[in-house]
Amino acid sequence: MVAGTPKLNVDSLRAWYGSEEVIHGISFDVRENEIFGIIGPAQSGKTTLLKIINRTLEFTTGSRMGGLVEMDGQDVYHIKDVYGYRRRVGMVAPLPVGLPLSIYDNVAFAPRSFGMKDGEELDGLVQKCLEQAALWDEVKDRLDSLGTKLSGGQQQRLTIARALSHQPEVLCLDEFSIAIDPVTTMKIEDVLKDLRKEMTIILVTNLVQQARRLADRTMFMLNGEVVEIGDTEPMFSGNAKQPKTNAFVSGDFG
Amino acid sequence: MNDSQRFTKTTFTQKKESREKWVKVLLFMVTLMMALPVILLVSFLVHKALPVLSLNFITDIPRDLMSAGGIWPAVLGTIYLVVLSLLVAAPVGVMAGIYLNEYAKDNWLTRIINLAVINLAGVPSIVHALFGLGAFVMFAGLGESVIAASLTLAVMTMPVVITSTREALSAVPMSFREASWNMGVSRWQTIRGVVLPNSISGILTGVILEVSRAAGETAPIMITGAAASITFRQGETVYYLLGEKFMALSYHLYYTSMGWKVPDKLPNPETGEMVPMTQAALEYAQAIPYGTAVVLLGVVLLFNSVSIAFRYYLRTHRKW
Repeated sequence: MVAGTPKLNVDSLRAWYGSEEVIHGISFDVRENEIFGIIGPAQSGKTTLLKIINRTLEFTTGSRMGGLVEMDGQDVYHIKDVYGYRRRVGMVAPLPVGLPLSIYDNVAFAPRSFGMKDGEELDGLVQKCLEQAALWDEVKDRLDSLGTKLSGGQQQRLTIARALSHQPEVLCLDEFSIAIDPVTTMKIEDVLKDLRKEMTIILVTNLVQQARRLADRTMFMLNGEVVEIGDTEPMFSGNAKQPKTNAFVSGDFG
Repeated sequence: MNDSQRFTKTTFTQKKESREKWVKVLLFMVTLMMALPVILLVSFLVHKALPVLSLNFITDIPRDLMSAGGIWPAVLGTIYLVVLSLLVAAPVGVMAGIYLNEYAKDNWLTRIINLAVINLAGVPSIVHALFGLGAFVMFAGLGESVIAASLTLAVMTMPVVITSTREALSAVPMSFREASWNMGVSRWQTIRGVVLPNSISGILTGVILEVSRAAGETAPIMITGAAASITFRQGETVYYLLGEKFMALSYHLYYTSMGWKVPDKLPNPETGEMVPMTQAALEYAQAIPYGTAVVLLGVVLLFNSVSIAFRYYLRTHRKW
């Protein structure tokens, strides 16, 4: 990565639901191939931020945004091919969503929608994504069974495999471990450590320790504002610049 | 409070329990009363229809000035009505339902359309009949015909088809759509790939149910093309052209029970002399309206059971 060319650049970003402003002008950079952690209590605008990054906020009626979001120096809100853009950003929601399709079709759904035909190439892609999501060994013998019949933890990994299926450059994870057990969580965390070699990862988490384990840099959000952005380690070892950050990471509030 | 007291019922508890019992019995009785009219109605009809009930009654043409024979032309007319109005109402209603549920943003235009759909569903069927007479029979120049009556029925059923389609679509969890949109899959691809496969049986259930309900309607067809009686020759294949008048079960039932009198005398087929009807022939003739009612119920029930089968399939094959 060349210094000074961030993967993602967000500048004076604001967002509203109706007349309620939920993000009050935040600015930050995400560097290529880093894991960028976002922590903060509920209602701090984390999920909204992710929706803005992959341009799905526009599906929420009454929502508006202002400010600048750039990927590789390009204003993403002026990209004409919005489907192509969303494809470059993978998104994993808090609750696992197995689409009511077979395990294979779950992963093949997005590639097919971009025109990939059935065949060896698609088979290979499906296998690669399931392997990357640490699910392949568990499901390789029953790719035809329903994705919705998997356990919660498996479904979450299926969701990750699906997000990888369109070969994104940025992978956003929104509190992915909220509905799964600690063992699976650790499995997925290992997956993420591997994935960062290939892509940039934005990790929204409500588990402060998870951010500490994974993130290179962390941003602390509170009520739609950025309190602090910095390298993870100092921030979590009591050396944060803002007293509020210290209080949050040490569990005094939030 | 000692131990034995702790486990004895207080008067409050006893009151509570007896009230519980009474309410349960009351509710059960009321529910039972719901079934009573159905049982009475069906058994009354079947009892009255006994002299005519046979397969021949369904498959034969009316004979002797409708005082004998069967009601096949009316059965066929009703099948025409159901199939034709299904062909029109289902695609239009389902597509409109998909648009309203999947695409339409919440703005004034959508609200006006929604209001129109709701109001259209509330328009009495006789008013639809008048509309059909003006729009299809006269303005479109279709004349009183099967096609005019079917279109009238289609207009009448469209709003309910839209409503039931929307219900089936909104039963598919929003998270499925969001997951799909997140991956850059377009709305239509999402609808085709995820939403429709999981709501199609629900949509079909609703459509069939609503249209079969329309099969029993009399008002919309009586001034748009239904005929009281059409004479078919012995051995002639019964069919209607789209522009022809037709017989239908509901109107046949109305006509035979209201406007029509059993003739006293019939011409003897050989001599042409008028002879009085026999007692058996008279009984047969009087049972025709009831037989028609039973067949009409049967037809509607048949369509309903198809839709119930779909619903059963939907419940057992739900994929989430």
